[in-house]
Amino acid sequence: MSPLLCVRDLSVTFDITRAGDMPWTAPRQLHAVKDVSFDLEAGQTLGVVGESGSGKSTMARGLIQMVPAKGSVMWRGETNLLSLSPRRMKPYRSEIQMVFQDPLASLNPRMTLGQIISEPLRTHHPEVSASERRKRVAQMMERVGLLPQMINRYPHEFSGGQCQRIGIARALIVEPKLLICDEPVSALDVSIQAQVIELLKELQRDLGLAMIFIAHDLSVVKNISHDVMVLYLGRVMENAPKSALYAAPQHPYTQALLSAVPLPDPAAERAKKMIPLIGDLPSPMAPPSGCVFRTRCVRAADDCARILPLPKDPVHRVACLHPGPVRASELT
Amino acid sequence: MVSTTENTVAAQALPAKGRSPWADARRRFFRNKAAMMGLVILIGVALFAIFGNYAAQWSNEELDYNVMGQVAELGGPSLANGHYFGTDDLGRDLFARTVQGTQISLAVGVVGALIACIVGTLYGATAGYVGGRIDGLMMRLVDILMAVPYMFVLILLLVMYGRSITILFVGIGLISWMEMSRIVRGQTLSLKGREYVEAARATGVSAPVIILRHIVPNLLGVIAVYITLLVPLMVLTESFISFLGLGVQEPMTSLGALISEGAGTIAYGTTWQLGFPLLFFCLTLFGFFFVGDGLRDALDPKDR
Repeated sequence: MSPLLCVRDLSVTFDITRAGDMPWTAPRQLHAVKDVSFDLEAGQTLGVVGESGSGKSTMARGLIQMVPAKGSVMWRGETNLLSLSPRRMKPYRSEIQMVFQDPLASLNPRMTLGQIISEPLRTHHPEVSASERRKRVAQMMERVGLLPQMINRYPHEFSGGQCQRIGIARALIVEPKLLICDEPVSALDVSIQAQVIELLKELQRDLGLAMIFIAHDLSVVKNISHDVMVLYLGRVMENAPKSALYAAPQHPYTQALLSAVPLPDPAAERAKKMIPLIGDLPSPMAPPSGCVFRTRCVRAADDCARILPLPKDPVHRVACLHPGPVRASELT
Repeated sequence: MVSTTENTVAAQALPAKGRSPWADARRRFFRNKAAMMGLVILIGVALFAIFGNYAAQWSNEELDYNVMGQVAELGGPSLANGHYFGTDDLGRDLFARTVQGTQISLAVGVVGALIACIVGTLYGATAGYVGGRIDGLMMRLVDILMAVPYMFVLILLLVMYGRSITILFVGIGLISWMEMSRIVRGQTLSLKGREYVEAARATGVSAPVIILRHIVPNLLGVIAVYITLLVPLMVLTESFISFLGLGVQEPMTSLGALISEGAGTIAYGTTWQLGFPLLFFCLTLFGFFFVGDGLRDALDPKDR
């Protein structure tokens, strides 16, 4: 049986026209996401991590045609979502819903909770009567831990965590198969983060949701994901089942990210070797040749600049010519 | 369970009424003294325009033969002969004339502002939301139209099709929406990037519905402020046209026409003929400007 979502060579390219360019000059190309491939089974969660500007959100938006993307996104092995016209894409938009990063900004300040949560329902099932709609909204509010009598309130009357629950209720009202969470907890404080993540896990268990969970925090991703994908400059660095990736990270970039996570034990934290990331993220307008990570890699060799590394192992996919744990002797 | 820790309110309560952003703005507006004064003045002027005729002793077309020829001596404001504001140069009751002038001036202002509101908002919101080449095309068209000296066009229209109130409405409507569409487009561009618009797009809401459901309601604050500043502008335009002698035709009149007449006869010592229309003209403008200011403060609390 084919997976729920099968993504092959997804690329998102933006045309950059500089001010002062003539209309006929060819625009420069910015590859925000390049050749990303992954599979996602129903009921599973894919965690996506990477620095700011690594193309995590752009990738998610490319999947559902919010930004123009190339490649193939097979939905249930039968439809390539990227080949659909906006009109034919519409039914799939109810099966794939999204939760956004900024809880308050993703809710229209002039609409009541009931109007906000019922909007996808009104869009995809206009035949549902107003009273039935109200009933379903109330059920969904209870499901995500909001009191149904708040239905006439406005977003600004709620806290960040509550707003995120509203966002989740809105996404789930049309019973989607896939939920794309774009950094859903980054704007919340830590105690609320845990609540929202627990809620998402609980909903996933009960509704059999598949999720793409974007975050820049590896510990959050570890808690919720089945598979983890590490992005750098829009390219996949490492993609593996969670246990494999956290126990034995192969790519130097993944190891650098993991070494930056603080440990709760002070002794262990002091003994830990940090793997430095040298310098800044290169400009995506002019990415390095070969392996894009080589300019910041502690293990960069001559061949890294010439050869584009491609993953070999189909389960634990590592895009690196010299994978393996970074040894202490390599850190100078 | 995690799900109820944030909400500790008793679960049996009835659905509470939310405090909408509009209710907040209304409260702030009512606390603003200058704006409330403006609102009271405006309501007063509007009542005067609507019900003033019932208080008038004379109609606006009747000539008072008793004061004719001796307007400077007998035509002054007086309660005894029923000319509360005096008479004009021909012996017509200035009170009734002012009522009618205020009616016409307000109508021109409100109609102009309404056209601006509807056409300008939809045009600007569409251009801003669609973006790209269509946006460029639509806005360049506005640029071109704005480059045409509108007063010239208005005067030409009035000369070509004859002086009538319809042409005046058409002319003012034609010019008033352009500035509005620019403002709305700019605001739409910034609203378009908001996450709630993106959320609506991601869930498959169609573009016209997004514009009407998500963009326009969030623009209403800006629109309301701009409208209150646009009405006095329209009144001014009409008065200027009337002052030039091209506005509405006798026996109809407007505040601009009355001021023009009053200014013409001031040498004969009939100051009331200028004073009363001018008073109502200024009151109207003041009222609108104060209300507009108050609305801006009320709807945009971050700006203070």
